[in-house]
Amino acid sequence: MATYTLISSNVLASSAASVTFSAIPATYTDLVIRASIRNTSTTSITRIRLNGITSGYSARSLTGDGATASSQTQSTAYLYSGELNTSSTTANTFTSMEFYLPNYLSTVNKPISTIASTENNATTAYTVAVAGLSTITSAITSIEVYVGANAFDVGSSFYLYGISNA
Amino acid sequence: MLQDLALTQPSPFTESKDNMATTYEKIATTTLSSAAASIDFTSIGSGYTDLRVVLVGTTSNNGNVMRMRFNSDSSSLYSWTELYGTGSAAGSAGGTNSASINISDSAAVGTSSTIPHFFSIDLFSYAGSTFKSCLITASEDNNGTGAVYRAIGLYRSTSAITAVNLFAATGNLNAGTTATLYGIKAA
Repeated sequence: MATYTLISSNVLASSAASVTFSAIPATYTDLVIRASIRNTSTTSITRIRLNGITSGYSARSLTGDGATASSQTQSTAYLYSGELNTSSTTANTFTSMEFYLPNYLSTVNKPISTIASTENNATTAYTVAVAGLSTITSAITSIEVYVGANAFDVGSSFYLYGISNA
Repeated sequence: MLQDLALTQPSPFTESKDNMATTYEKIATTTLSSAAASIDFTSIGSGYTDLRVVLVGTTSNNGNVMRMRFNSDSSSLYSWTELYGTGSAAGSAGGTNSASINISDSAAVGTSSTIPHFFSIDLFSYAGSTFKSCLITASEDNNGTGAVYRAIGLYRSTSAITAVNLFAATGNLNAGTTATLYGIKAA
């Protein structure tokens, strides 16, 4: 079995408020989502839910905006996954985001690591690192990536990879 | 827990089914069946360009610091610079002329004895003859407290890295802690 395998991908031909990877096979050790994403409107963040569950998350973020660094405690209703390029940022710039979920089949709390950057050759851009936790104690079989408001723009891409240590 | 890789080192010419060179390979993995002071990957061959270590686990006491050495070398050849966030404040710290590299925060909450934390270390040009640098990521959320951590570490040795040693500053790594060593090839 290959170590690092593409499970599924989705490149948006029309805008969409969410992208869901479902029926994720139980044949890997870790999961990774790599996404290039942009919002259709002026403000938004990227959020993630596991198995459709809307509670039981925890996260600390570390944000740099080009001038200062700060840290925030995030919502328990979803996994905060960073800021998002919007229609008010430079045209044709997309947020690069990586979401890493180790031991997704485990029956204990699951730590999560995310990094995202909205670099757009402007005074303000955000680089955000997130330490997340899911208290879901069953295997993860679906991951929904969605926006806090509006939609992911055309051309946004989402790739789900499985990493195996078998 | 020590895992000798001398007999498991793949050929650098290993190819996948589609005849393309494999660029990301598992070298070894260890899951502790009982508490141990460290996880050690030894006899790492030079057939890759970079190494990646992924560690998920807990420690015997809360608020501990996870650390890393190379080649079992405890001389003062290590340094690191860290950037962290606690959920309310951002900070930076580090160490010089140290006997190891911190791979988790030392100023915020540290490790947990019950909630698994995630650590990854990308070790670049590990077989080269220049000093070795690494990029460290840690997710240490404890469901109400915690920290996000990023750091750059340096090992001022010109020797190839043949061993990676992962351990807690005090106490043990708990049973169930898992570490995997991956090799990444540029060619």
